[in-house]
Amino acid sequence: MKAAKGIVFKYGDNVDTDVIIPARYLNSSDPEELAAHCMEDIDKDFIKNVKQGDIIVADKNFGCGSSREHAPIAIKAAGVSCVIAETFARIFYRNAINIGLPIIECPEAAKGIEQGDEVEVCFETGIIKNLTKGTAFKGQAFPEFMQKIIAAEGLINYINHSS
Amino acid sequence: MGMTMTQKILAAHAGLLKVEAGQLIEAKLDLVLGNDITSPVAIKEMDKMKVNGVFDKDKIALVPDHFVPNKDIKSAEHCKCVREFARRNEITNYFEVGEMGIEHALLPEKGLTVAGDVIIGADSHTCTYGALGAFSTGVGSTDMAAGMATGKAWFKVPAAIKFNLIGKPQKWVSGKDVILHIIGMIGVDGALYKSMEFTGEGVRNLTMDDRFTIANMAIEAGGKNGIFEVDDLAIAYMKEHSDKPYTIYEADDDAVYDEEYTIDLSTLRPTIAFPHLPENTKTIDEITEEIKIDQVVIGSCTNGRIDDMRIAAEVLKDRHVAKGMRCIVIPATQAIYMQAMEEGLLKIFIEAGAIVSTPTCGPCLGGYMGILAEGERCVSTTNRNFVGRMGHVNSEIYLASPAVAAASAVTGRISCPCQL
Repeated sequence: MKAAKGIVFKYGDNVDTDVIIPARYLNSSDPEELAAHCMEDIDKDFIKNVKQGDIIVADKNFGCGSSREHAPIAIKAAGVSCVIAETFARIFYRNAINIGLPIIECPEAAKGIEQGDEVEVCFETGIIKNLTKGTAFKGQAFPEFMQKIIAAEGLINYINHSS
Repeated sequence: MGMTMTQKILAAHAGLLKVEAGQLIEAKLDLVLGNDITSPVAIKEMDKMKVNGVFDKDKIALVPDHFVPNKDIKSAEHCKCVREFARRNEITNYFEVGEMGIEHALLPEKGLTVAGDVIIGADSHTCTYGALGAFSTGVGSTDMAAGMATGKAWFKVPAAIKFNLIGKPQKWVSGKDVILHIIGMIGVDGALYKSMEFTGEGVRNLTMDDRFTIANMAIEAGGKNGIFEVDDLAIAYMKEHSDKPYTIYEADDDAVYDEEYTIDLSTLRPTIAFPHLPENTKTIDEITEEIKIDQVVIGSCTNGRIDDMRIAAEVLKDRHVAKGMRCIVIPATQAIYMQAMEEGLLKIFIEAGAIVSTPTCGPCLGGYMGILAEGERCVSTTNRNFVGRMGHVNSEIYLASPAVAAASAVTGRISCPCQL
């Protein structure tokens, strides 16, 4: 699995899937259309400023609320290469893995990374480097089968490859 | 070391004698559910799979309920996609407008969910069916697709929190107050990745509709599932609604729980969750300021059942909603709508100046049928009060029971029926 490297967008506790992608846009399931409204209700400038490869860092319970898979789809289609959080809500966690959006739990990184920092993540080791501050953190590495799902760009491809 | 109710159900469906918290298992599914928002994404994913149709046409439920009757062209296209998939795969339990209801009220009523089942649904409130002693949990569209194709899903066996309920709730205190009290106590991630198991003699003092409401909001505490002990009332409900065989699982005496709480239902008060998280709870007695409101919504998968309609009607009978107030009542299924009509409840609502809608999730998720403008406040019997959930990012949602919602519609400010 490749590493992720990018500039950080930082958020707080309990970022719910309603602010990640508001339900008023759920009459579409097109990734590009969803990405155009990603984080709109919590950060209007996100979509203007995000670049391919950038990273979202948040505190606890990221992705709580609705099970809408449109939330990780929107984040991925916006170009985000990884989400780091203190903890993730469980349905979001599953959905992100299933669609091939890398996510990693690391309370220390969530505390030690600020908006605008440049960060690099190695998925095999779980090492998160804050290149701006010269610090490093150890996140939870994915179990092997989750690494394979993400490497296959999602659960469906993974099932197709393994059958 | 014993197993919890949830662990026993998962073990049985994984073909194992024993499982423990943290173990990864693959379990057989008794039901896979989707709605008009999540199913189109699942159908697209399933089309990419090298499979020949669904695993069992009787074990899939498709319920267009979020944006139906279609709110716009794009929603109509989504519903068409689900309808055509249901036809193509001869899905037995596809529910069209006219026979549908809000999914989590509809499926138990149709007898599709019983004790001992393992159920996944691409909707976070799928945890509702734990009220009947099933393991049921919300997933995303890709898990739904894999479930429809293979009849299986992988799970990490959850640890559990035990809620020992004792006592009997007072007048105007219902299941909604119980679950809001619990979420206020443990927080919106208090049960993250865990089962919430409800047990104790107090369960007998809760109606089935109370239990559905409590299990429904387990997700609002981050729970993987909520599950109730099965008693005579639950058995009577299943016998009335279903021909499916059921299995009752009880937790072992030495089952391991991460935490245990005892809750005396007789001490609970009408409870309200303030913006913008379900954990921001206050009892009616703790609200000292006057909170004026613009809209009331009574309905949803949380509180759109017949008990909820009866309580709201009891409050609204011979009263009128405040001048300038919009009060929207949504019976959750066609059967509940009919029952409310036969009992004269709809007449009470309309005479009180409320409107009554056909079943839809509409306003709960800010879809349609009651969107809030900037600065507006709503008391709602729904389940989430996140920023922008029901409309403008600067609107506010106060979550409450049908009793508090109906009383607030009458006074125009957050109120309890005991204050009328």
